[in-house]
Amino acid sequence: MCHPAQLVCCINNLIDGVFMSELEEKTEKGSADALELGGSEDQKAEGDSGVGTGVLFFIAAFAVCFLSGWLLFPNLLYSKKEQPFNFDHALHVSEMGGCDSCHYFREDGSFAGLPKLSQCVECHAEAMGETEDEAIFIAEYVEKEKEVPWLVYSQQPDCVFFSHSAHVVGAQMDCVSCHGHIGESTTCKPYEENRITGYSRDIWGKNIWGFKKNSWDRMKMDDCAECHEKETGSKGACFQCHK
Amino acid sequence: MKVDRRSFLGLGLGAAAGVAVSPATWKLMDDSSIWTQNWPWTPVPIDGEVTFENTVCSLCSGNCGISIRKIDGRPVKIEGTEGHPVNGGGVCLHGLSALQYLYDPSRIQSPLIKIDGAWKKVTWEEALAHAAKALADVRKAGKSNAIACVTGNDRGTVPGLFKRLTTVLGSNNYYTMDTMEKTWTATVDAVNGVNAEVGFDLKNSDLILSFGTGFIEGWGAPIYNFHVNAQRKTNAVKLIQIEPRLSNTAAAADQWVPAKPGTEADLALAICGILITSGRYDAQGVKADDKSFAAFAAMVKDTYAPAKVARTTGIDVGVIQDLAMAFADAEKPLAIAGRGRGDTAGSMREFAAVYALNCLAGNINAPGGLWLMDKDPGEVWPAIEMDGMATDGFARARFSDKNTVDALMAMVSESEKSPVEALLVYNANPCHTLKNAKAVTEAVKKIPLVISFSSYMDETTQLASVVLPSHMFLERREDVVLFNTLPLDITALSTPMVKPLFDTRHPGDSVLSLAGAMEGSIAASFPWESYDACLEAVKAPVWESLSQEGVVMKDPVSLIKKIPRVDFSLLLKDAVAIGAAGEEKAYPLVLIPVDNMRLSRQVAASPFAVKTVSDRVLKGTHSFVDVNPETADALGFSQGDDALITTPVASATVKVNLCDGIMPGVLAMAQGLGHTMVENRYVGGKGVNVNELVGPVMDAISGLDAAWGIRAKLSRV
Repeated sequence: MCHPAQLVCCINNLIDGVFMSELEEKTEKGSADALELGGSEDQKAEGDSGVGTGVLFFIAAFAVCFLSGWLLFPNLLYSKKEQPFNFDHALHVSEMGGCDSCHYFREDGSFAGLPKLSQCVECHAEAMGETEDEAIFIAEYVEKEKEVPWLVYSQQPDCVFFSHSAHVVGAQMDCVSCHGHIGESTTCKPYEENRITGYSRDIWGKNIWGFKKNSWDRMKMDDCAECHEKETGSKGACFQCHK
Repeated sequence: MKVDRRSFLGLGLGAAAGVAVSPATWKLMDDSSIWTQNWPWTPVPIDGEVTFENTVCSLCSGNCGISIRKIDGRPVKIEGTEGHPVNGGGVCLHGLSALQYLYDPSRIQSPLIKIDGAWKKVTWEEALAHAAKALADVRKAGKSNAIACVTGNDRGTVPGLFKRLTTVLGSNNYYTMDTMEKTWTATVDAVNGVNAEVGFDLKNSDLILSFGTGFIEGWGAPIYNFHVNAQRKTNAVKLIQIEPRLSNTAAAADQWVPAKPGTEADLALAICGILITSGRYDAQGVKADDKSFAAFAAMVKDTYAPAKVARTTGIDVGVIQDLAMAFADAEKPLAIAGRGRGDTAGSMREFAAVYALNCLAGNINAPGGLWLMDKDPGEVWPAIEMDGMATDGFARARFSDKNTVDALMAMVSESEKSPVEALLVYNANPCHTLKNAKAVTEAVKKIPLVISFSSYMDETTQLASVVLPSHMFLERREDVVLFNTLPLDITALSTPMVKPLFDTRHPGDSVLSLAGAMEGSIAASFPWESYDACLEAVKAPVWESLSQEGVVMKDPVSLIKKIPRVDFSLLLKDAVAIGAAGEEKAYPLVLIPVDNMRLSRQVAASPFAVKTVSDRVLKGTHSFVDVNPETADALGFSQGDDALITTPVASATVKVNLCDGIMPGVLAMAQGLGHTMVENRYVGGKGVNVNELVGPVMDAISGLDAAWGIRAKLSRV
């Protein structure tokens, strides 16, 4: 660890080195004849002594910007949206069985994704239970025969091709590996939409640094590649996902 | 603390370093890259369940089986149905882009009535009441036979309903648009005395001698022909194309024989003469013992001696001899006729001459030959109920004893006051597709009441007083009876692929509703609740398989044993050569309309199809005329020059396209351009309608339009 004084000195030199051009240095030295020698020396002496204002400003600006970029920025980047109504995954799993009761593979092997209203209506032709959410579902969607505009946390950008079949059927992966324990949730968390890309925060992951503890914390390309390298020995080729 | 320059430098550097090491920079870089790869304004198709549903394409007479790829029920793509007997998985560019016709900007979105020259959107009840009253007024005035009806063809239950309505209203003036199939049937009727449908077993032939057909440019069943063409090398099939222009078919053929336009029949008869002289013909196929054959043989040997025909056609005697020998040597030769796509009738003389070739080859109803078939439509119509006005009207003379819209329009043109009081038009656009289209337009303008059942605001519909818009074919259920030159007897069921987009109706339901809105006993002849009920009842004999399998395919009934005679006497007397109208002195060149696979004739082409047309056919809004460089030199024209093309009928400004592939002295222009559909900027106002430059020439026997071109001149604008 370097001594704080050394660090300050370093920053000072850095400011000098970076922002004082050769021309400025020459001007300082070259103008010595024209200027009062004493004044110039005073200035030099003051700059060299202790922690200069430049350093203080540097530290302050660094701290503000760094903390803003870390703590404030995510709040600006993402807008929070609520799902049309709350959905209790845990309840449905206990009633229906595994994930594939609703999120199934079609006959042609393609993944159905979120169930359509027609599937829900198989059980929910009429209200089941007396929750407020069930009432909204029946009144706003079932009766109006309108699909529920769910906000999909794991929706990948359109430039990505992803086959559930290859992973779940082919590689026998379980849903949790990528989607976590959403099947045990009783409420829907707010959907955080990236204001720039329009995609969910869950793709990058909750941690703005991109750190993850679990395999389902992030769904970025690097995460795909990491697993692919581990399981298949190769990160895979571009066109496998970017067709 | 002194705030100096270094403070600001420190502030800036600190801010930059702070931002740089915070996650914001990297996150923003990542987000920007995602954003640029997924522009939010780029439409992205919605993901969903992929399904395929089969139906049949009705854009042309090919009637290909098509599979509609749907995402969550929304049609997104059209492909050919694998294993279909007509197209075997293939599809043409029109079928492929048929969804564009669904969303066509010139689709009519609701019933319309024209009031003081302006369209007024009305409800179906209002439009039907208006049409019913207008028709009733014609009937009450004792002019029920002055109601005429024009449909594209007369196959299937929908044209059947139109014909039935015309009859019940008291008119025998029901006409269909011309096609080569009509001329083939008329030819066989004249020669053999049987009413047959003609088919060509192209897949099994080993020599196809094509007299000006657009064999791979939309003739007959386009995709079927593509398959035949693709297999030519494998199956050792030779294709010889006789045509004054190097069309795509000519370019793909093994041999291209450019004959002067309009002399194809002469060449066919010269070949007949050589075959007879050399004794290389099937005596049974032409019933050589018959007296009429001796006269025919003498005539072709004398009048169509190779030396004479060489002068007429511009083809060397040696080439004619070689063509005859190639035809004679082939095991399964087949001669085919029907200009371009075969959307026009053509001359009986030409068809009879080509038919004679097939008879001499003995290929009638033989594998790889020409098939005479009796097709059973599998329809049972209940009896009709005619009231007094209907009986009186129907007993009157028909406007034209020939089934041709040209004759009907000519009669209206010639009369000061239109003898046709009301015209019902379905699946036809005579104001654009008939020759001398401007005169036809003027004739239609004279008709006091025009009721259009079109899905699009085409040229004829623009002149209508009432529009009862139809669902387009992807929106409706209907029986589609194969109506082309394939040796197959197929009825397919067109099924709705999408809910109707607009306030349109099935044309069958429109007829039923119109009949229902009429007073008296008109509705009694239409005892069905809906068109669907009508379809099921009328098609009862085949309904089970039609509804379950979507197609009924039967072996066509051969008529070979029912042929009482083979008599080509018509070629001796009645059948006259059809010349190009106009004085040679005033019009030294000859203009021929040609078909372009990319330009549809039956409906206005889709934006996609028009975009694919060569810049030497259509550039911007300018049509091109193909001119041989030799002819262009003599006239002082260069590539791309503006020129005024004048024919005895009309004139138009076009651009010159120098083309070595056309005979000197001959001009060619593509059909299917020059639509005036302003709503559709992709099609409307593009180019010149060549049918405005060419006038019809009625065939002496069939009465159908046999014009293949017209005399013309090119001058500076």
